[in-house]
Amino acid sequence: MPEDVEALVQFDDVSTQFGDLWALRDVSFGLRKSETRIIFGAAGSGKTTLLKAAIGLIQPDSGKICLFGEEITNRSEHALFALRAKAGMLFQESALFDSLTVRENVEYPLRNQQSETPLTEEEMEGRVREALRFVELEHTLDKLPSELSGGMRRRVGIARAIVTEPPLVLYDSPTAGLDPITANTIMALIAKERDVRQTASLIVTHRFQDGELMANFRYDAGTEELVPVPESGGDSTERALTKFFVMKEGEIVFSGSREQLDQATDPYVRRFAKH
Amino acid sequence: MLSFLKDLIASFQEFVFVAGRAFQNIFRRPHYYGDVLIQMDIIGFGSLTIVMLTGFFSGAIIALQMSRALNTYGAASQVGSIVSLTLVRELGPVLTALLVAGRNASGIASELGSMKVTEQIDAMRALGTDPVQKLITPRLTATSVMLPLLTVIADAIGLVGAYLVSVPLLGLLTGSEYWSSSWQVLVYNDLAQGLIKPFIFGIIIALVGCFYGMRTSGGTQGVGHATTQAVVASSIWIFFVALLIDKIFVNL
Ligand SMILES: Nc1ncnc2c1ncn2[C@@H]1O[C@H](COP(=O)(O)OP(=O)(O)OP(=O)(O)O)[C@@H](O)[C@H]1O
Ligand SMILES: [Mg+2]
Repeated sequence: MPEDVEALVQFDDVSTQFGDLWALRDVSFGLRKSETRIIFGAAGSGKTTLLKAAIGLIQPDSGKICLFGEEITNRSEHALFALRAKAGMLFQESALFDSLTVRENVEYPLRNQQSETPLTEEEMEGRVREALRFVELEHTLDKLPSELSGGMRRRVGIARAIVTEPPLVLYDSPTAGLDPITANTIMALIAKERDVRQTASLIVTHRFQDGELMANFRYDAGTEELVPVPESGGDSTERALTKFFVMKEGEIVFSGSREQLDQATDPYVRRFAKH
Repeated sequence: MLSFLKDLIASFQEFVFVAGRAFQNIFRRPHYYGDVLIQMDIIGFGSLTIVMLTGFFSGAIIALQMSRALNTYGAASQVGSIVSLTLVRELGPVLTALLVAGRNASGIASELGSMKVTEQIDAMRALGTDPVQKLITPRLTATSVMLPLLTVIADAIGLVGAYLVSVPLLGLLTGSEYWSSSWQVLVYNDLAQGLIKPFIFGIIIALVGCFYGMRTSGGTQGVGHATTQAVVASSIWIFFVALLIDKIFVNL
């Protein structure tokens, strides 16, 4: 695969094994500004590993990964901190710091970047509130994570991931375990992020609808609502920007558009298509 | 057997690596002073009651036991010096360290262990914070400062316990005889031993606790396992290092 200089994330033949089990196997892809990859796959197929490898939390056994154009494979942990902090990540189990309040959790990335982007206390408060309003949880500011439901924790996790307005956000199962209404709200917010800030994202999900929404809707700044993308013709960039991966035993066994996913014949891949 | 040895050597290597990074970070920015203070409070103040009680009773018990033995030689007046030497050189540091290991090596391991299995450590790394700097170094600093202080307190309370047994209770000697003999017997070497030991034990407790916490895997069960291992390993290391230091000081 040719070097893609504009890619925010670039994987070249990346493989990782845990024991004799493949968690990633010859994974190659690039992700640019505004692009979205919806990642499907059975439990244990390597989705989380892929996201963690993308920001160097896991070092692969072989292959090369570039983040924001800089190679991160075989860099020392210390050299990675600054680069990693430029991306947002939602962890599968939220991974909120349970000794800190919701406010402190969401503030954490901002405080960490004080040296690069200094903010006053008021500005910080404003950003935290804005991010929490984004996920409709402004009233939980002073609660501890243990006082929140699983779905609420996940939304706080999303707020923490996007509060610094990163150009790249990795979402590990943003809608898992949420009711359909909240799940749709969350996906709408992610689509809005993409359209307002040209954020690139990798989204691991089990819900077919999440991909549908990313591919078929666009945030309209005029009406402040999501509007359907025209079915055919026109500028259906959202559709072109949203691609689907299906993972199996560490391998990306399918990569393509929503239509291609619908037409796939492989029975494993078909499990993730609309029936 | 061979693979067990291999694992042992591999984890020792890992331990040395983590320890090295924790020490390096003491001199590296950013410094999390707030976390150091919180840990000092948890480790130092939190252990104070139990350390004082244990110090008191060990002093009293040594005095009781020794007085009988000393009486047979007609040397009951020596009880102050004997208690003082045993406490300051050996029992004070080791007992205090074992108590703190039971309380804090386990506490550290379970806290970091649950952070590990709930991906909070990964989240920290993802947000650009070095977990060694933020979690291990403050615990290392706090424990190695607090343990010598706790030991000094335990020693002092132990001497009070021994005093109560040998002076008011048994009437072996007068109060001033007791205090002057217990103080005069101590030489520079004893005091040095009595402070160097807890300093090193503190380092052991913090590092072993952090090490087992950070390598926790396998959910809640793994946290329990890490906690137990941390207490067992730090206790064994404390005895081993105590022996080593004794050997060095005896030769001095
Ligand atoms: N730290 C680890 N040590 C050993 N094996 C691991 C580790 N992390 C992941 N694995 C293994 O790697 C494989 C891929 O794991 P991964 O977490 O990426 O799966 P996943 O696709 O995210 O699954 P899920 O949908 O259940 O979250 C699994 O078989 C898992 O058992
Ligand atoms: Mg996963």
